[in-house]
Amino acid sequence: MELNAISIGFVVFTVFTLGGAIGVVTTRNLFQGTIWLMVSLFGVAGYFILLSAPFLAAVQILVYIGAIAILITFAVMLTRSVARIKERYIRMLPSFIASLALFLILLLGVTIPIFGAHSPDSIPEYVASTRDLGAALVDENGYVVPFLLASVLLTAAMIGAIFIARDESA
Amino acid sequence: MVPLWMYLAVAAALFSIGVFGVLARRNAVAILMSVELMLNAVNINLVAFWRYSETGTDLLLNGYVFTAFVLIVAAAEAAVGLAIIITVYRNRRSVVPEEARALKG
Repeated sequence: MELNAISIGFVVFTVFTLGGAIGVVTTRNLFQGTIWLMVSLFGVAGYFILLSAPFLAAVQILVYIGAIAILITFAVMLTRSVARIKERYIRMLPSFIASLALFLILLLGVTIPIFGAHSPDSIPEYVASTRDLGAALVDENGYVVPFLLASVLLTAAMIGAIFIARDESA
Repeated sequence: MVPLWMYLAVAAALFSIGVFGVLARRNAVAILMSVELMLNAVNINLVAFWRYSETGTDLLLNGYVFTAFVLIVAAAEAAVGLAIIITVYRNRRSVVPEEARALKG
């Protein structure tokens, strides 16, 4: 792996992603946990830039950091019973062993078989742009049906969230 | 460019950290945050495989569009999940999933 801008960016975004993720699962204060979650999601957006998907990176920042992380911050503030929970973890050691085993299985089963394959020189030169994505989303031979179903899903989720969280006494 | 296996290794690590959070954390909001980490690991894998696959002359967008739909489903999941957590908190004064057992047989 030669030292160039993409390699340096990959290392930086790896530190952001994995460091933020470790912060999310280890921090005691959940409010700080949401900040760590934003750091991790920002690292993932950087990966999308490196993988030449700039639209997904923008959506990642807007939807995940701008909406979901803020929503989680609101939930943390609305459910302030942190003081009641004495211990952060339950079944910590079995969970740690299980997730470590899962990581090793994923490395052995997915990463090692393609080690060396797909060398960086053989990847396609030209990739689909955001313009191609927009055309495919409304193309009747493309993805117009899942696109419409996604809007139905978002409407149903919005109505469902309002209905579930509604205060019936008010 | 960085070889494909590096993206997959990072995604595997991110997914495993998320699994640890889901299994070990006691707070329901923390569990939901860990689920978001796992969804992000899946998204990294989808985009990486899309970028490194031989698309030939066709501009296949399957991986790209699938990632966009995972983002949409994640947004819906976060909204409904947090609404459920807030309702359980209002009724039980608790965000520990083990204490919400009214439906347990």
